[in-house]
Amino acid sequence: MLETRNLSVFYGRHRAVEDVSVTVSKGEVVVMLGANCAGKSTFLRAVSGLTPVMTGGSVVLDGRDITHHPPHAVVEAGIALVPEDRGVFGDLTAHENLILGAHPRRARPHQAQNLDRVLSLFPKLAERRKQVVRTMSGGEQQMVAIGRAMMSAPSILMLDEPSLGLSPLLCSELFRALARVKETGVGILLVEQNAKQSLAIADRGYLLDNGHIAAADSAEALSRDEKVKRAYLGAG
Amino acid sequence: MALGMVLTVENVSKQFGGLHAVQGVSFGLEENEVLGLIGPNGSGKTTMLNLISGAYKPSAGRIALYGKDISGSSANAIATMGVARTFQIVRMLPSLTVLENVAAGGVFGHGRRWGQELEESARSLLTRVGLKNAEDAPVSVLTYIDQKRVELARALISDPKVLLLDEWLAGLSASELETGIALIKELRAEGRTIIVVEHVMDAIRSLCDRCIVMNSGAKIAEGAPKNVLADSEVIRAYLGTADA
Amino acid sequence: MTAREKRYLVLGGLVFVAVAFLPFADTGYWLSLGISIAMYTVLATSWALFSGPTHYISLATAAFFGLGMYVAGVGVDLLPFPVLVLLAAAGGAVLAAVVGLATLRLSGVYFVIFTLGLAELVRQIVTWVQTTMGSSSGLYVLTGITEPMIYWQLLALAALVFLVGWWIGRSRLGFALRIIGNDEVVAAHSGINTARVKVMLFVISGTVAAVTGAILAPRWTYIEPTIAFSAMISFQVVIMALLGGAHRLWGPLLGVIPFTFLSDQISANFPNQTTLLFGVAFLLIVYAIPNGVVGLVENLLQGRKWRSG
Ligand SMILES: Nc1ncnc2c1ncn2[C@@H]1O[C@H](COP(=O)(O)OP(=O)(O)OP(=O)(O)O)[C@@H](O)[C@H]1O
Ligand SMILES: [Mg+2]
Repeated sequence: MLETRNLSVFYGRHRAVEDVSVTVSKGEVVVMLGANCAGKSTFLRAVSGLTPVMTGGSVVLDGRDITHHPPHAVVEAGIALVPEDRGVFGDLTAHENLILGAHPRRARPHQAQNLDRVLSLFPKLAERRKQVVRTMSGGEQQMVAIGRAMMSAPSILMLDEPSLGLSPLLCSELFRALARVKETGVGILLVEQNAKQSLAIADRGYLLDNGHIAAADSAEALSRDEKVKRAYLGAG
Repeated sequence: MALGMVLTVENVSKQFGGLHAVQGVSFGLEENEVLGLIGPNGSGKTTMLNLISGAYKPSAGRIALYGKDISGSSANAIATMGVARTFQIVRMLPSLTVLENVAAGGVFGHGRRWGQELEESARSLLTRVGLKNAEDAPVSVLTYIDQKRVELARALISDPKVLLLDEWLAGLSASELETGIALIKELRAEGRTIIVVEHVMDAIRSLCDRCIVMNSGAKIAEGAPKNVLADSEVIRAYLGTADA
Repeated sequence: MTAREKRYLVLGGLVFVAVAFLPFADTGYWLSLGISIAMYTVLATSWALFSGPTHYISLATAAFFGLGMYVAGVGVDLLPFPVLVLLAAAGGAVLAAVVGLATLRLSGVYFVIFTLGLAELVRQIVTWVQTTMGSSSGLYVLTGITEPMIYWQLLALAALVFLVGWWIGRSRLGFALRIIGNDEVVAAHSGINTARVKVMLFVISGTVAAVTGAILAPRWTYIEPTIAFSAMISFQVVIMALLGGAHRLWGPLLGVIPFTFLSDQISANFPNQTTLLFGVAFLLIVYAIPNGVVGLVENLLQGRKWRSG
């Protein structure tokens, strides 16, 4: 289980995330909703060790304190992040990117199995395994980014806008696939603007507003909430 | 060529090695129209924009802007004719400030200006795309979405006649999407001709007069959004369900 | 022009006038050091005009420098010296334009290697021409031009380079160059003719290097290809410019001054280990100040940093 307690991130004097406490258990999908400056990406980066957090807050994974751990140690501990800007290796091929995803020691024994899983989710990546990622289309690069995170055999998978740039068809497939990934016992923390589809597969959700948790509830309750409806589900 | 045609794309193809990214696509773009370009991932939409803006040269076929063949023209020549674009995967100028990133679009080419005038346009465009108080910051501190706003401002500062938007609305929340759509409508009201590539069908429906669907590099459908999005082949290849 | 810029201009002018008095104080050791500093200031500053913002590392300085020197050497008995300087400028400009058009499409390391090869190619051609013409491999450049005169010419050239650099820095051209250095694709789609801008700046720096070569030819009295086209010149220029900081107009100067003193001390005191000590000194400097002297100065001047959400 991933647990953050009072996590805060400051950029200079500006607070991007303040006192955020969330939990993500194994085998559950948690969605985090919020406007585009609410601090969701910063929060995910802080958990991953990519952004320094203020003392006083902590990140705990399965009872082990991993606050202030460097990013590679966080991955090794079992937390994978698909960042918003994808963070793929543009000069390497799709296949090389995926294999690099399985670099953590914990992931190596399952490499072949995980690769099969990724390729069955994104058959295109099998077709294009030798293509240099920089030349791939935006959506294809997104597939590589998600695939690479899944290759690290995480116990907690964090995705920052995974549906960004995916076609509607692929987007539904991705959400169905995430629901299947959850069945295998992985905990998923999802940051999404596609609130409708993400709430549909989520168990619980948080609303982040101005760096604070504004609401925490079951996905069902959130999708019925008037405020959520207006801001994230579209008026219609 | 019909009168009032801004852009005509005739039988254009683009190959990368053995891969046919665009195959024999033809369409026209009328003055002051908003044309939607949709299709599955890897179907050739971005490549089409790259061909129009001169990033790539077509392997075959012809592209004309205001009746002038631009199939062999360089990107800067086409930009100078009044075509501006944004990039699906944002391209910031990391060592420049936010304001300079916007100003970069207006130093040369179409609508070129300099000094006070350039700076003032950059400032007012930043406000227009919803980014204030960040002018002197380095772009690296902006969120991904804010960087996309900077890119739109950079495209607009050249006062383009034709605007190519590659998934500019992607990643916006429902309420931000409304503002974004309103902004594009405004741009159209100013007389610009716009091509939007989007996977957000709500945006396509509310913005476009006409849309083109691509699949595996070829055009598979064309028409009003409501008809095209109900087309069974489009649903099968792209949408998945009748309503996405 | 803002008041601040005017102040800098006046200050810069005063510094130039002050250092112009050097030959009256000493015509030996200090003057010769002054000439070295002036020469490398001109070369490194003009090099950085192009390479600083674009990050295209050119190792072709020696090609232009040697060309200028040979123009002066060949013509010294035929034409008045000022004409030779102009001819050298024209020759450098043409060579830079040709090379620029042919190679500025090359990116990164290919460009570096090509420019390095270019100096070697020009050197081979000159050697070949000289030997087939039957003369010896070198040229005598005997004139009445004295060291102080060379020094003043270099100072004037340096002043010109700084003025041109200052002008470019505040012009469209300079801004376009910075955009190109960040992302050429964005530059092209913003209507910037990237090839033309790059060639223009490459021509400016090539021209200046050729003129420098011509001015210095009388000082060396005897020139031959291995000296005039020495790759060491190209490397030193790059090292000094980067050491000082290539993203500011006055950056290279801050690299040239300490480096010239250092190299003078090393070669005077350790004539047998010069290259080795050079290398060690270079490694230590890069390790200690990765962003150049300018970076150091700027860090000291401004502690504030931008952040927002
Ligand atoms: N420079 C290139 N070299 C090789 N293949 C390329 C290149 N550019 C694009 N492709 C391929 O051409 C196809 C079309 O790409 P394009 O970027 O046009 O797709 P797209 O329709 O924009 O997709 P998306 O919705 O995912 O952005 C893709 O399969 C892509 O991998
Ligand atoms: Mg695309």
